[in-house]
Amino acid sequence: MTLLTPDELGIILLSLRVAVTSVAFSLPLAILIAYVLARFTFPGKTLFDAIIHLPLVLPPVVVGFALLVLFGKHGPIGAILDQWFGIVFAFRWTGAALASAIMGFPLMVRAIRLSIAGIDRRLEVAARTLGGSRAWVFASITLPLALPGIITGTLLSFARGLGEFGATITFVSNIPGETQTLPLAIYTYTQVPGSDAGALRLSLIAVVLSIVALATSEWLTRRAERAQVDDRH
Amino acid sequence: MIDIDIEQQLGRFRLAVAFRAEAPIVGLFGRSGAGKTSVINAIAGIATPQRGHIRVNGTTLFDATQGIDVPPEARRIAYVFQDALLFPHLDVRANLLYGQRLRPAAERFIDQDRVVDLLGLGPLLTRKTRALSGGEKQRVAIGRALLAQPRIMLLDEPLAALDGARKSEILAYIERLRDELHIPIVYVSHSVPEIMRLADTIVLLADGKCLAAGPADEVLERADLGPATGGDEATSLIETRIVGHDAAEQLTTLGFDGGRLFVPLLRGGIGDRVRATIRARDVSLALQRPAGISILNVLPGRVTSIQGEARATVDVRIAVGAASVTARITRRSLGELNVHAGQELFALVKAVSFDQSSVGYA
Repeated sequence: MTLLTPDELGIILLSLRVAVTSVAFSLPLAILIAYVLARFTFPGKTLFDAIIHLPLVLPPVVVGFALLVLFGKHGPIGAILDQWFGIVFAFRWTGAALASAIMGFPLMVRAIRLSIAGIDRRLEVAARTLGGSRAWVFASITLPLALPGIITGTLLSFARGLGEFGATITFVSNIPGETQTLPLAIYTYTQVPGSDAGALRLSLIAVVLSIVALATSEWLTRRAERAQVDDRH
Repeated sequence: MIDIDIEQQLGRFRLAVAFRAEAPIVGLFGRSGAGKTSVINAIAGIATPQRGHIRVNGTTLFDATQGIDVPPEARRIAYVFQDALLFPHLDVRANLLYGQRLRPAAERFIDQDRVVDLLGLGPLLTRKTRALSGGEKQRVAIGRALLAQPRIMLLDEPLAALDGARKSEILAYIERLRDELHIPIVYVSHSVPEIMRLADTIVLLADGKCLAAGPADEVLERADLGPATGGDEATSLIETRIVGHDAAEQLTTLGFDGGRLFVPLLRGGIGDRVRATIRARDVSLALQRPAGISILNVLPGRVTSIQGEARATVDVRIAVGAASVTARITRRSLGELNVHAGQELFALVKAVSFDQSSVGYA
């Protein structure tokens, strides 16, 4: 690899791992919550909605600090996860993924919720009368019809994850090879006099990654909308 | 077939409907807002009544006191909506097979090829649903419902979104379903011609209540139900058989025990059962058999009743053989002809007053 140094490659792979992991784990929950918000009214819905949106409006450092308090080794959730399941978030790449997931979550939920709200509910009713259980109708009608929104939401959250800085550095610090993602590495370069070239190279890489992600999502969305997939199970 | 007795409060609208109906096609009839769709939503299990029971073909689908409420997917009741509601992400074939795939093979009694053939869906199978016309969409929706292997079929104003030519095309397809697949059908409509042509039993709804339920001709000829059926649409219904065609003059002759009817050329074979509907305002009366007149249909009969005493027009009911024909004439004509019950006279009907929607295969 002549284009990238081993260090740069490591940073890119770590960033991708963090973003992909955060999206993969948050997507099912985001779909569930988007469905609930789009289809049901219940007491406290406004409050619930506000809590989901909180990461969008809070300073990322505050989210990172909250994660540190809750999921730190001695935090109420972190301690339980560590003792019972051996899962540690603090100062690990998994913690970076958790921070990315939470920061990207409102974007994901919003996009999916919009597309679910746009589906004619009577299509689901029709599917029920044709013999589909609630779960099957959700899988065979609601999900495919919401696909464009799911793709958009996934991309937004993925891009947010690649760019996530404040919550990550507050929660899991800036450890090369473990939690130092692309933005953190760029920040580190800018702190060292004479390292502008390194910062510039990584910035260009970030631009390329973002464009590739955007183009992929555009392509997938268009395919989902145009193909009207002939699904033969 | 259907035994229903339900009560349901829907906002300010109160639905309290009870009827039993047994027929190849039950017409659920009434003006918009009468509660027709609410009733079939309850039958399909989409809406849950507060009280009562719903039984279809002897199976209890809902019973409030026993706590029975079979979910819609287990009721095996096909529902065809006004606007077809095809799944936009699936092509025609996948739409058709959606329900069939969910039924175990042992429960399938309606064959896929049969349905495709019956509804003329062959050329559409690989098409996207967006590329279909309104009539084609409705045919696919009917096919999709049938392949879900239903006990009965609910059709909610399936012609509402279609133009005239498409309407009679779909009507003919529905008649084929009844005759060839023997699926009991509940047909919801506010259109008198549609109901007259299809329904054997009519359930008349108004303001969330059932006003009448019974044989189609009896319910539709009851003058007291006029306001609920749409007022001026008083219509008679005659069950006939095709006795001959005249290709040169483009006429078909229908026979029934009260005489013969000439109507514009039909496609059926000799002996086929045909149901003819005659609007009361298309019928004139004459005291003698008229000569030198263009009207082809002259039916001898006897006046059985005169209704609408306080209006400018009256409805004169005439027994023609075992059938009956209603004529709407002015009060002046009534006086000039001195029409009275028991009188022998002739009912005149122009052959051209029959059209596609008023003559159908019974």
